[in-house]
Amino acid sequence: MFNLPMLMHIPDGFLNAPVAGVMYVVAGIIVAVAVWQTNRTLNERTVPLMGVLGAFIFAAQMMNFPVAGGTSGHMLGGALAAILVGPWAAIVVMTSVIGVQALIFQDGGLAAMGANIFNMGILTAFVGFAVYWVASTIGRGNRRAVLGGTFAAAWLSVMIAAFATSAELAISGTSPWHVVLPAMMGVHALVGIGEGLISVGAVAFTLGTRPDLVRAPAVMATAPIRVSEERA
Amino acid sequence: MNRRNWVVLVAVGVGIGVFITLFSPWASSEPDGLERVAEDKGFIHEGKDAPYEVIADYVFPGVENERLATVLAGVVGVLIVTGISLGAGFGLWALSRSRAQRAGEGEEASGSHSGGDG
Repeated sequence: MFNLPMLMHIPDGFLNAPVAGVMYVVAGIIVAVAVWQTNRTLNERTVPLMGVLGAFIFAAQMMNFPVAGGTSGHMLGGALAAILVGPWAAIVVMTSVIGVQALIFQDGGLAAMGANIFNMGILTAFVGFAVYWVASTIGRGNRRAVLGGTFAAAWLSVMIAAFATSAELAISGTSPWHVVLPAMMGVHALVGIGEGLISVGAVAFTLGTRPDLVRAPAVMATAPIRVSEERA
Repeated sequence: MNRRNWVVLVAVGVGIGVFITLFSPWASSEPDGLERVAEDKGFIHEGKDAPYEVIADYVFPGVENERLATVLAGVVGVLIVTGISLGAGFGLWALSRSRAQRAGEGEEASGSHSGGDG
């Protein structure tokens, strides 16, 4: 029987060789920078969290949830990881998740792996972190701002990943811009809500059990959130 | 954070991951966003099969019960990914610590161990 359900990431054949190659180079350079930056900024708190996030994101990506019209979506997790460990360590975690999915689970093509890492691991981490940083900074790290920022970060990270995927498909000549872009953005506007809810749940759970693990993003390596700077 | 906290934290994380995979047989089997678009817009046939298969489609090979095969695949994946991300984090952390120690205490006698915990 034709096993449709588990095709989740870009398979081989959707991207042409130049696009796949360029994405490999771009993703490779950024992942190398991420490893270097993680090495520079890593602290005791981040290391176990990277393992926890790897476990959670891999498992969560398996749990496709239904969205409208006989379609499902699944979590990406890059924004959540960036919120908890910063964008660089998040990219390292996401690369290991997406790499294992491609190499061992045949989820996402081998030639398309660079593109999948870029779309789902790198863009999501950067965009998610930026949105969260702005929201929680404006809200001075209060709970509502942190959770609202998490939702916005997660939703937008899915949209940007869908946009990048559409662009790669269009440039590869697989499907024209005006066809693939609105279709991808429309579906993923709904998928992003799921991403947002799961991410908010995960951050709320972490705030409830180990608030010390959720830090003010501007000072990712030092002060825990909600420790007011005025008192210091 | 001491070593015991690390172990507890990672154990809880792996536990949560494994717990989630127990429900993976009941995940939605509808096509996902990209797949739906590829079907609707007529480029799904462009997709090529992988050149080899290890645990393809999240079904652990050789296990007859499909649900069990899916859960097993999930558990194996959770453990592998945890190992790699934890290994990467720990490796990089150990590297930066040993370098910082060498740079900061290069002139001290090498015999005594100097506590570098903050």
